[in-house]
Amino acid sequence: MMNFSLADLAPLAPEIFLLAMTCLILIIDATLKESQRVVTFVLSMLTLAGSAWLTLMGLNTEPVFAMSGMFVDDAMADVLKMALYLAVAFMLVYSRGYLQARGLYKGEFYVLTLFSTLGMMVMISASHFLTLYLGLELLSLSLYAMVAINRDSATSVEAAMKYFVLGAIASGMLLYGMSMIYGSTGSLMLTDVSVALQEGMGQKIPLAFGVVFIVAGLAFKLGAVPFHMWVPDVYQGAPTPVTLFISSAPKLAAFAFSIRLLVQGLEELHGDWQGMLILLAVLSMAIGNLVAIAQTNLKRMLAYSTISHMGFLLLGILAASQNGYSSAMFYSVVYALMSLGGFGMILILSRQGFESESLDDLKGLNQRSPWLAFLMLLLMFSMAGVPPTVGFYAKLSVLQAVVEAGMVWLAIVAVLFSLIGAFYYLRVVKLMYFDEPVQTAPIEASGDIRMALSINGLSMLLLGILPGPLMAVCAIAVQSSL
Amino acid sequence: MPPLSLVIWLPILGGLAVLATGSDRNASLARWIALLAAAAGFIVSIPLYLGFDTHTSAMQFEELLPWISRFNINYHLGVDGISMPFILLNSFTTLLVVIAGWEVIQKKVAQYMAAFLIMSGLINGVFAALDAVLFYVFFEAMLIPMYLVIGVWGGPNRVYAAFKFFLYTLLGSLLMLVAFIYLYFASGHSFEILDYHKLAIGMTAQELLFVAFFLAFAVKVPMWPVHTWLPDAHVEAPTGGSVVLAAITLKVGAYGFLRFSMPIVPDASQELAWFMITLSLIAVAYIGLVALVQADMKKLIAYSSIAHMGFVTLGFFIFDPLGVEGGLVQMISHGFISGALFLCIGVMYDRLHSRQIKDYGGLVNKMPVFAAFFLLFAMANSGLPATSGFVGEFMVIMGATKVNFWYAFIAATTLIFGAAYSLWMYKRVVFGNVTNPHVEEMKDLNKREFLILTILAVCVLGMGLYPKPFTDVMHVSVNDLLIHVSQSKLP
Repeated sequence: MMNFSLADLAPLAPEIFLLAMTCLILIIDATLKESQRVVTFVLSMLTLAGSAWLTLMGLNTEPVFAMSGMFVDDAMADVLKMALYLAVAFMLVYSRGYLQARGLYKGEFYVLTLFSTLGMMVMISASHFLTLYLGLELLSLSLYAMVAINRDSATSVEAAMKYFVLGAIASGMLLYGMSMIYGSTGSLMLTDVSVALQEGMGQKIPLAFGVVFIVAGLAFKLGAVPFHMWVPDVYQGAPTPVTLFISSAPKLAAFAFSIRLLVQGLEELHGDWQGMLILLAVLSMAIGNLVAIAQTNLKRMLAYSTISHMGFLLLGILAASQNGYSSAMFYSVVYALMSLGGFGMILILSRQGFESESLDDLKGLNQRSPWLAFLMLLLMFSMAGVPPTVGFYAKLSVLQAVVEAGMVWLAIVAVLFSLIGAFYYLRVVKLMYFDEPVQTAPIEASGDIRMALSINGLSMLLLGILPGPLMAVCAIAVQSSL
Repeated sequence: MPPLSLVIWLPILGGLAVLATGSDRNASLARWIALLAAAAGFIVSIPLYLGFDTHTSAMQFEELLPWISRFNINYHLGVDGISMPFILLNSFTTLLVVIAGWEVIQKKVAQYMAAFLIMSGLINGVFAALDAVLFYVFFEAMLIPMYLVIGVWGGPNRVYAAFKFFLYTLLGSLLMLVAFIYLYFASGHSFEILDYHKLAIGMTAQELLFVAFFLAFAVKVPMWPVHTWLPDAHVEAPTGGSVVLAAITLKVGAYGFLRFSMPIVPDASQELAWFMITLSLIAVAYIGLVALVQADMKKLIAYSSIAHMGFVTLGFFIFDPLGVEGGLVQMISHGFISGALFLCIGVMYDRLHSRQIKDYGGLVNKMPVFAAFFLLFAMANSGLPATSGFVGEFMVIMGATKVNFWYAFIAATTLIFGAAYSLWMYKRVVFGNVTNPHVEEMKDLNKREFLILTILAVCVLGMGLYPKPFTDVMHVSVNDLLIHVSQSKLP
């Protein structure tokens, strides 16, 4: 049992590298002057690149377990981690100008980002209740601090407080659910739990109880209705780069988290969680899309849009088939990209002493900068799910999974809500194209941000014209991992 | 490059090239590139007609490439006698629209021209697609440029009209998407439209599928009572937008009935034909009366379009070769006539900046050449023999008489209403004394306007006098379609 060999650690190479580098950055940054902070930025990017390289080197077609089976490295984890590095890297590029202009350009931001990245990587690769929980807490604690990083802003602190309290409750629920499952099956290892359930171990009621609490905890983390209350407040209150971060990369981790828990651990009980997820999905799509219409703050609108997108993501998971899981995975990657672009646009439009938060700030963008308006157009149509953007294929794939599972009615409900959702995305396009500008100040943004945003926006179209490869990657990853 | 890909991608690439010219400082460059692209787009569509084999109903100029292998989605293109004419019509109309917007559009010229070119490519894609998802992608993507055209270059109430246009159409098409996904599983993982034609489907499923297709295409046609977006969109859209809407996008809906509803769910189509015929007749008779009382010329033509499209759907759902062919002829003819009428109104609007009938009067004194053209198109709109408007209507009425006398009777009222609203409008606008001092200052057609209207006049008269080139192309496809529809697909 305790035979330890270094080779055992090979699957963890990306995580170990990231941790070591983060500690190093923490030390190096302490010696840097304000003007040299770019070193921290470059080192963080290099760290992500290094982890990506290590992940690629350790690409597996078969799941490899490490740390006595508490950690798994499978194709799904590798793909999600690659998407994760990409999302974090984009976020770091987008946020630099904004942070500089507001005196938030500090080493802590980068270190916390990297620590939360580590947390997400652990979540993605966890195969044990404890590892899952550890990863989740590492992510959450870093995020709480990041939300409050602008410590002089009352709204940020309030948002951080809310996030912390509600997040702690959610973690508590999750733990409670896990303990119920542990009590019934006698194991914390996901594979063992799954085997025990297949053998009919455990009583019905404690198991059902455990599932309820686990789903509730998951719903909190995903921000699904009725556990969504924190989402709009945190999105609005947090500094925009942090909002961007929360809305993109952690969704990938949350997807992995759901798959590990519900599918790898509790697939036997899918009759129990499927019904709950249907409810969560329908409510999220309804509340998210309807309430978003009433928003005048862009960040808040995108927060509600996130809620509705999480509803769509749940559709893929609740289909309870490999087809469904790979669709949901595709959806989560696409969503992370869309969300990055949407918030990236807010960052690029904000400047010194001015937060571009109101929807009206987008007015007449087509006259101020046709290129940026076009990119935002692509992002908005992608979020609305209108072809030829990639958002359409994300919706198409989850819908087909739902229909395959025999729930045509649910697919119809979903498309009707996405019709309602189309309204507020169209409104953004309307503001940019049909209205006269209110802001006339030139848009200041450095070349790297523009370049990143262009890649991000155009990827909506390119992935929309050729969605096949990414879909295939998701399908293969899910197939070889589950 | 194969011809169908060319007619789709050439205009789109041309549109991107126009976009690349950037701001209005390069407006004339943008116009010339747009003209070049539109002309090239039309020229590459001509081989489709010349090389078309009229003896088969099989798909021609087929292209098949795997696209999204995970869901078995292919880039599958092909045309038959039903779809091919519309690709020509669309490419032709785009050329006219580019010329018509030449000096009228002064604001964001490059974006305007690009929107029409890209839309043209996408619409060609709709008619050429043989894969359901590919069809859907084109079908929805073409909403985006039209949304922008109405919203950016439209009239005072353009925002409302643009939203209504987009959301109405999206509502219908989303349900069609669910229908496609259902068929995908029912057919054993295929998105090929032609596979769906052969698929046996139970009656309940057929009925539900019919409803889904109906919502998608009836909104697009538009049929009464889901037509209300059209008058708004037409009135607010710039001239070019109205022309494309009337001449092309409405046809997409009618085409959908022939390509999807009738062959995929023939039993439900037969069973619910009474419903379709009723709605069509209401459109013909009731909307004809509504058109009569309009004070706005564009609105009047919009309602007249709905009435004429009622003829088309009537022709389709009587399941008679004459009716279906008549419907198709009517679609093409309506493309010419309504396009021409909107261009005529555009000519007047550019001079007086009003579309209200009451603001005009006595135009013939100031614009005699224009008045002559306008008369021809107004007559054609009311179905005067020797114009293209007559051919389609006559064929549909003949077909309807064979099926049920009363269908034909109600449908024939359009000959009265159509003449009434077209000619009454013409009388009020063109004849009488000049009462509005601004009319005094109106100049007759310039060369560009004269050119466009002449081309359309030739089309309208040519098709009216000798429709054979059009009907020949359709004949075999229509007959085989009806044979297919007459066979039950119940398992």
